[in-house]
Amino acid sequence: MKFLVFIEQRDGKIRKASLEALSLARRLAGGPVAAVLPGKGVAALAKDLGKFGAGVVYVADRDDLALYSSQGYVGALDAAAAKESPDAVLIAATAMGKDVAPRFAARHDSGVLADLMDLRVDGGRLVGSRPVYSGKARAEVDCGASTVQIATTRPNVFPAEVLEGGEPRVETLEIAAVVPRAHVLRIETSEAKEIDVSEADVIVSGGRGIKGPENWPMVRDLQEALGAALGASRAVVDAGWIDHQHQVGQTGKVVSPTLYVAVGISGAIQHLAGMGTSKVIVALNKDPEAPIFQVATYGIVGDIFQTVPELAKAVRAAKAE
Amino acid sequence: MNSLVAIAYVPDTESKIRIAADGKSIDESDVKWIVSPYDEYALEEALKTKETKGSGTVTVVSVGPERAKTGLRECLARGADDAVWVDSGDAKNLDALGIAKALAAVAKGATFDFFWFGQKGVGPDESLVGPMTAELLGLPHVANVMHLEIGEGKVTASREIEGAHEIVECALPAILTAQKGLNEPRYASLKGIMGAKKKPIAEKKLAELGIPEADPAAAKTRWRKLELPAPRQAVRLIPADDPAAAAKELVRLLREEAKVL
Ligand SMILES: Cc1cc2nc3c(=O)[nH]c(=O)nc-3n(C[C@H](O)[C@H](O)[C@H](O)COP(=O)(O)OP(=O)(O)OC[C@H]3O[C@@H](n4cnc5c(N)ncnc54)[C@H](O)[C@@H]3O)c2cc1C
Ligand SMILES: Nc1ncnc2c1ncn2[C@@H]1O[C@H](COP(=O)(O)O)[C@@H](O)[C@H]1O
Repeated sequence: MKFLVFIEQRDGKIRKASLEALSLARRLAGGPVAAVLPGKGVAALAKDLGKFGAGVVYVADRDDLALYSSQGYVGALDAAAAKESPDAVLIAATAMGKDVAPRFAARHDSGVLADLMDLRVDGGRLVGSRPVYSGKARAEVDCGASTVQIATTRPNVFPAEVLEGGEPRVETLEIAAVVPRAHVLRIETSEAKEIDVSEADVIVSGGRGIKGPENWPMVRDLQEALGAALGASRAVVDAGWIDHQHQVGQTGKVVSPTLYVAVGISGAIQHLAGMGTSKVIVALNKDPEAPIFQVATYGIVGDIFQTVPELAKAVRAAKAE
Repeated sequence: MNSLVAIAYVPDTESKIRIAADGKSIDESDVKWIVSPYDEYALEEALKTKETKGSGTVTVVSVGPERAKTGLRECLARGADDAVWVDSGDAKNLDALGIAKALAAVAKGATFDFFWFGQKGVGPDESLVGPMTAELLGLPHVANVMHLEIGEGKVTASREIEGAHEIVECALPAILTAQKGLNEPRYASLKGIMGAKKKPIAEKKLAELGIPEADPAAAKTRWRKLELPAPRQAVRLIPADDPAAAAKELVRLLREEAKVL
């Protein structure tokens, strides 16, 4: 089965989620796969993709791809697909990947297996698995009558394995200049550069139990001790205590970290929809009846103003050992 | 300025989910249906645009069985001018591309500046239909819009990406998908609810739009199986009488048992 993987980079750095998709494609194919890398000044990055499983990298390195446009980036994927005629295309389900996949799919009269948590090949066809209905059910999905099988993979779920790999063959894509009808003018980073929850391996999230925004430093202290990203419930986002970027849940981000620490969060179904697939969940809450304890792996029933500072201390002590 | 708004009518997130006898879909008895929350932001933005520009129409469109009309009525009550219901008939589990083709067919017969969607339809949570419709119509799109400024023949939209916002300029007509934070959706007023009864809902039949995906054998994605997730192991509670000791014990478990530290 021939795979083509869309590789995303920002600021000259390849997205980890794309390496995860590449690594997955290599495992499913049982050998090197093709990748496509659009952007500006990206040619030098192509070599690095070999050790994650790329046998050939189609590079579209152009000034007009410096910032994202669906026309430009889907065009690059399309040009690579025309050369490679893949059976399957994998794309990381990032903001960019979620923009590229459906347009590319519709262009090829195909569907998308979206935001997968699991993917296998069965008789030459992709079979994926994804949570649906706020994580209350799991659907096994396939590409039906699609000609190209397209799947997006949830970040942080599939491992990015480094292999002893040779250097990939690098091919430059010839694509016509694009004057996109929708294009990015600029990127505004809202706060000090932080790890985004959707890409983090460890997340510490605060809810209404923290009482007020003046208590973020306490949560931040634990977050820093764990080297985690900061998440939040909708209640505190709606109260204006923190930016929506941090919100986890149905109307926020869907995350699957290795460790999720919920601080003063009750665990409403809409919050669970965003983090229920985390590997290990720690709940810190004073109410033993809080629904968060139904999904938690470990829990301390107690006042977070006592448990959180102690936990930060204990984590630091353990890491210093 | 005229807007179309695509409305998905979905199970309330509070609904208990049970698997139907076919093992591939949900048991729809006892499900309460709602307008997908993101579509409320989409509708609100279309209504606001009409109000600030002082002219234009807002048309809501839904593809689905008979109940979709209830969702459309709710939108008419909130202020939409008219509605189009695409009766999906027997096509119970129409896939995203099939829905996009039906919506594109409706849009082709309309004059509009904006075609609004939700960022995702809650339930399947795929985030596919909006950009797919854009591609089918050959229109530009901006997904996950959190802020919008309307200019001459174009818009400037702010969209949420990982750890940042992208400021996107987009020519009109365009497809936009709404993210939470864009606005505060209004409720229907009593007057609106009364008025909605008199507003028109045009009906189209999916079968007459010539969409191959209406036949499950031609669907481009399929649900092969639907299962309830494996229950998580019961929580291990750590006594908190001594917070320092509890914290130490938790760290020990995270290291030695869960191996995540
Ligand atoms: C359509 C829809 C979409 C939604 N989307 C989301 C979403 O994306 N994300 C989301 O999070 N929510 C979402 N919600 C809201 C959700 O239903 C809950 O209202 C919200 O998650 C509650 O946030 P919380 O847990 O911070 O607050 P609360 O429910 O108020 O919980 C606070 C918790 O803190 C505990 N606490 C208080 N003080 C202390 C203390 N000193 N020590 C220890 N514990 C303490 C309490 O016991 C309580 O359990 C959505 C709702 C709807 C209807
Ligand atoms: N059956 C439908 N009828 C009308 N619009 C829909 C339908 N399904 C999805 N949509 C629109 O497409 C958006 C994204 O849905 P999805 O791709 O399913 O996540 C929704 O928020 C709606 O605006």
